[in-house]
Amino acid sequence: MKTVRVLIVDDHRLFRSGVRAELGPSIQVVGEAEDVDSAVKAIAELAPDVVLLDVHMPGGGGQEVLRRVLGSGAQVRFLALSVSDAAEDVIGVIRGGARGYVTKTISGAELTDAIIRVSEGDAVFSPRLAGFVLDAFASTEAPPIDPELDSLTQREREVLRLIARGYAYKEIAKELFISVKTVETHVSSVLRKLQLSNRHELSRWATARRLV
Amino acid sequence: MTMLPEMSEMPNATMPNTMPGAPEAPPRLVRPMTGRVIAGVAQGAAAQLRLDPVVMRLAFVLLTVVDGLGFVAYAALWMFTPKEQLKGRVPGRDWGQLAAYGVLWLVLAAFGWLTGAPSGGYGTWPLAIGGVGALILWQQADPDRRQRWMSGAVQQVNATWVRTSIGALLVVVGAIGFLAASGELAKAGTGLVFTAVVVGGIAMIAAPWLASLIQELQRERTERIRQEERAEMAAHVHDSVLHTLTLIQRNAHDSREVTRLARSQERELRNWLYQPKQDADATLAAAVRRVAAEEEDAHGVHIEVVCVGDCELTEGLVALLHAARQAMVNAAKYSEASVISVYAEVEPEEVTVFIRDRGKGFVLDDVPEDRMGIRQSIIGRMERNGGSARIRTEPGDGTEVMLTMKRNP
Repeated sequence: MKTVRVLIVDDHRLFRSGVRAELGPSIQVVGEAEDVDSAVKAIAELAPDVVLLDVHMPGGGGQEVLRRVLGSGAQVRFLALSVSDAAEDVIGVIRGGARGYVTKTISGAELTDAIIRVSEGDAVFSPRLAGFVLDAFASTEAPPIDPELDSLTQREREVLRLIARGYAYKEIAKELFISVKTVETHVSSVLRKLQLSNRHELSRWATARRLV
Repeated sequence: MTMLPEMSEMPNATMPNTMPGAPEAPPRLVRPMTGRVIAGVAQGAAAQLRLDPVVMRLAFVLLTVVDGLGFVAYAALWMFTPKEQLKGRVPGRDWGQLAAYGVLWLVLAAFGWLTGAPSGGYGTWPLAIGGVGALILWQQADPDRRQRWMSGAVQQVNATWVRTSIGALLVVVGAIGFLAASGELAKAGTGLVFTAVVVGGIAMIAAPWLASLIQELQRERTERIRQEERAEMAAHVHDSVLHTLTLIQRNAHDSREVTRLARSQERELRNWLYQPKQDADATLAAAVRRVAAEEEDAHGVHIEVVCVGDCELTEGLVALLHAARQAMVNAAKYSEASVISVYAEVEPEEVTVFIRDRGKGFVLDDVPEDRMGIRQSIIGRMERNGGSARIRTEPGDGTEVMLTMKRNP
């Protein structure tokens, strides 16, 4: 099995070494960075498969790294990793271009799994992120501008509900009688809607209601 | 309120009193204490106008001879100009100069009286008041405020504009009054006009002063609020975080207790940082979080809560909450799972709560009849209140309890 090359971006040294120690053998940590500038530089130099990105960092945080790296057209995948549960942070970093969001309480095995998933181009949703998305797309006082992007399908809603209930992709597949690949497709589709939907209430909602 | 010593040493983040962007702006008019003759008014004004103080002093003396104009101007400026802040001993007056100017005034006054030169009569008063009004308006504007006038904030511009036009009007009225009176026209009418001018002048003099007073008060208030917030933050950090850290150090040998302490502190801090301030029992989402937190503390198991939507608690939902708590207790006690997932969703018609663990599971039919936990506290309670409970479990495959309650039974 191919190893996944990972860059860890976090301003806490202890945390970086902790993550390094916890990751499984299929993950190769190629470098570490502790702020926005060094992260952007390291990404350009090392070209990792996946960047583990902290949300709160000196110099603009994870969103600034996303803006500068993805803005330059680089092909690198980001998995956001944070202690924050605040809706603004979660939705903000996903809309900034991260392919997943997990909290720092995640176990080493789950994190390894999430990194591999992101490296393969899939999306990773924590139960909490799934809850946010359900909440964001539920508050539809305004009619959707783009029906394709601005609302979730019944199936996507079901998948998100199961994620929020703590189900793994494999368990979701079993529950809904579909393949794991199909579950991944649904989650990626939700991610795309979350990133591209023009409903600005998506972000405004998060700030205004502060639901966590 | 206990404050950390480190926190009380924190530098005061006060608002900068001077704008760094205005280095060349003349300082606000003050009365210098060093080298003053009477109160330092002439010296201060001269510094502001970049003149020799002697010129200003002579001007005041001359104007005093003309119907006491200089006296009025001097008195007004004295009242409204702040004293220069001096450290140490306040130097005395220059009595020699005062005597010199006094003699000069006497000579001029005598000369004026003899020749009848200062015969402007009361006609010069409007001029005096108009002039003093304009002068005070101008001198009250410290560099800070002048900067803000320039910055173009609409409100500021409006207020400034109104004040400036009133000031201009006042000056014009003063001048007309002066012309009219010296031309001895409409003698009766001028009295009224002058009264208006005097009242207007006083208002003009008082307005900037009052405004600056109010501003000062507001600044103080903002500062006080900031101080209070900082104190609250310090107190919170002290009462909770530091306290827990101490407890963790004391219990370092007991890893289970350390985890429990850290987790409960984390949850508490998170609530404080991210949750809107709300009554813990006012809404369903808050209540679910509280129940989960309590069971997490009691059993040392991580309970992850996700809530979608929210609503007021009703009687039925309180029953749902009790059943959910029982399900969490069961999962924590018997499943041997390290994480329990709780998901609560509020829909327009009903509320659903899932409590799931990936623990060892059990066979539902094997649960003895006398075990009250599942039959009574969960299923029975839900059904009595018009809801329903469904339990899915298999040995080795974890357990999920699904609780549903109509919102308006």
